[in-house]
Amino acid sequence: MADTTQEAPLLKIAGLKRYFDVSPPLLNRILERQPRLTLRAVDGVDFTINRGETFSIVGESGCGKSTVARLIVGLYRPTAGSIVFDGVDMSGLQSRKAMAPLRRRQQMIFQDPYASLNPRWRVRDIIAEPIRAFDLIQGSDKVAARVGELLRQVGLSPVDGEKYPHEFSGGQRQRISIARALASQPEFLVCDEPTSALDVSVQAQILNLMKDLQRQLRLTYLFISHNLAVVYHISDHVAVMYLGRIAEVAPTRSLFSRPRHPYTRMLLDTIPDLDMTGRQRTPVAGEVPNPINPPPGCSFHPRCPFANHRCKREQPQPKQVDDALVACHGVEEGRLPPDTRPLTVAPSLTA
Amino acid sequence: MSDPSLTNRPPANRPLLQVDNLVVEFPTRRGVLRAIDDVSFHIDPGEVLGVVGESGAGKSLTGASIIGLLEPPGRVAGGTISLDGSRIDNLPPDKMRRVRGKQIGAIFQDPLTSLNPLYSVGQQLIETITTHLPMNQAEARKRAIELLAEVGIPAPERRIDQYPHQFSGGMRQRVVIALALCANPRLIVADEPTTALDVSIQAQIIALLKRLCRDHGTAVMLITHDMGVIAETADRVAVMYAGRIAEIGPVRQVIKHALHPYTVGLMGSIPSVGMDRARLAQIDGAMPRLNAIPQGCAFNPRCPKVFERCRVDRPDLMQSGPTQVACWLHEPQRAAPSAGRPQNAANAAGGRHG
Repeated sequence: MADTTQEAPLLKIAGLKRYFDVSPPLLNRILERQPRLTLRAVDGVDFTINRGETFSIVGESGCGKSTVARLIVGLYRPTAGSIVFDGVDMSGLQSRKAMAPLRRRQQMIFQDPYASLNPRWRVRDIIAEPIRAFDLIQGSDKVAARVGELLRQVGLSPVDGEKYPHEFSGGQRQRISIARALASQPEFLVCDEPTSALDVSVQAQILNLMKDLQRQLRLTYLFISHNLAVVYHISDHVAVMYLGRIAEVAPTRSLFSRPRHPYTRMLLDTIPDLDMTGRQRTPVAGEVPNPINPPPGCSFHPRCPFANHRCKREQPQPKQVDDALVACHGVEEGRLPPDTRPLTVAPSLTA
Repeated sequence: MSDPSLTNRPPANRPLLQVDNLVVEFPTRRGVLRAIDDVSFHIDPGEVLGVVGESGAGKSLTGASIIGLLEPPGRVAGGTISLDGSRIDNLPPDKMRRVRGKQIGAIFQDPLTSLNPLYSVGQQLIETITTHLPMNQAEARKRAIELLAEVGIPAPERRIDQYPHQFSGGMRQRVVIALALCANPRLIVADEPTTALDVSIQAQIIALLKRLCRDHGTAVMLITHDMGVIAETADRVAVMYAGRIAEIGPVRQVIKHALHPYTVGLMGSIPSVGMDRARLAQIDGAMPRLNAIPQGCAFNPRCPKVFERCRVDRPDLMQSGPTQVACWLHEPQRAAPSAGRPQNAANAAGGRHG
């Protein structure tokens, strides 16, 4: 964080909320006297992303991490809060035209490389689409040359542009998605579980490619994942989300070596022990509650071993603790035992 | 053909499951594809054998062949599968149905599709119990409630009459485990049992599976692509590549001291917490398609340690310490190649120890 603080952050999210109306149809509400139901998918989220870094959001299904990603790239409109990209509040801009210059600078990579590429288009047309949409390059020869360059950049061959998506494997398709995302020369990529549909050896290829591209093109990543080991490998900062709120944000090493929030500790306990040190994992109790009807107070309290009366009534607000922002009464009051985990390197696995 | 006697086992202690030279083929218009090519392994009573590999390595097909649920046109084209000494690969469908459920339980990836949405959880459990065990409705219901309690479902007396959609993903997978355990099988084939679940639920389900199998003495064939799950659960692990076993051995040995270059690459490509590396080890390329399996060792085009022989001869599993590995680098006497290797591998009792 230290070397980038002079610069203004690339993205600043404040008080971001997104509610979904999941009420039954009007007739059922009247006849069966059912109430309106609101799903608070994202319920007050703040964070900043610095230029050139990788900021990750981890959490279990339904915690709202993908909704945050979709809010940032504009696939959803926020219910409340601000998304400031490079000094411009995007929730203030209404027209497509005013948004276009900002949208060009942000692109998204989706989880499923089978669903996110149009099966009827040739790869060259898929990659050229952002170039044409933003009218970046004129002349079909020049567009073709740029597409070839993009394909080479992601480790494919320019002749692959003539093929259709079904002719490629999952890893190659994700490379095509990355090439398409890079086509508009963005600075900021939102990656929603980009490797979770891939095999581990292919995942390694994609993660290496993403790191190389980040260095070459000075990209900033928002990386959404549920895989903590992948997040550890790729991130500079990590936010842990639980039921629409951020439990803890910290620099990566700090979060993994000194987890403060009980939910972070619990998540770290679920990482399978590949080093076979025989470490005993604390069994994790309970499941994520229904987000339509979250528990009062701190939403984690039913699963938390440290919960007390205050946790059941009062919602904790994020507070600065050393280099982390933690939303937990127990941490604030200092009644949680410290939890430090050595980040040991396993030399046998680095071969 | 690989030699099943390599499994190096005292004859008195008969394995629960013995798979010898299994071949699975898919006839297509453009010729026959070999998805599983000469796979041999065994599982001892009460043992957890992990099977890892990437998509298309043949791990799920191996599991499907054992439980007799290979989807046509796929067929077992060779080899034998024996459970407790008697062959089960050639049983007629109705006999196989008795074995499945009674002696072999199955757990699949998606708990929502393995449960029937139109029947309550109790009806499904009771049906399975009365099919395989001599029990009446009331006894079966009592056992079903006990099973639900055993897999950690709170208030089982009430939950038993609920339908699958009323359960969360983790609870559904617990119900599937209860279904698999109904008739006290000797072996459970679990195909990616935790892949569809959240990480915190994954840990719970793995712990549950481990505990139950220890308590009941059930052996497990645990098929997964997640090396972490294997490291936590399995006693031995088989690494599959392009329809063959690349390496099989005690889990600690294979994870800590992988021998096959593919296993080494696979382990290096897994990111791990606490390990600061600029780049992950990377195996370039992809697994070959079934219609284009290279000659010699299937891994040779991607192998960093390839030499001439790998492009010509296909390696069979060779003993190297406690592990068996199909790689010419680990040939027991690399100086004196064993030319007169016994080819008649069908006789499981025959002995040859390299």
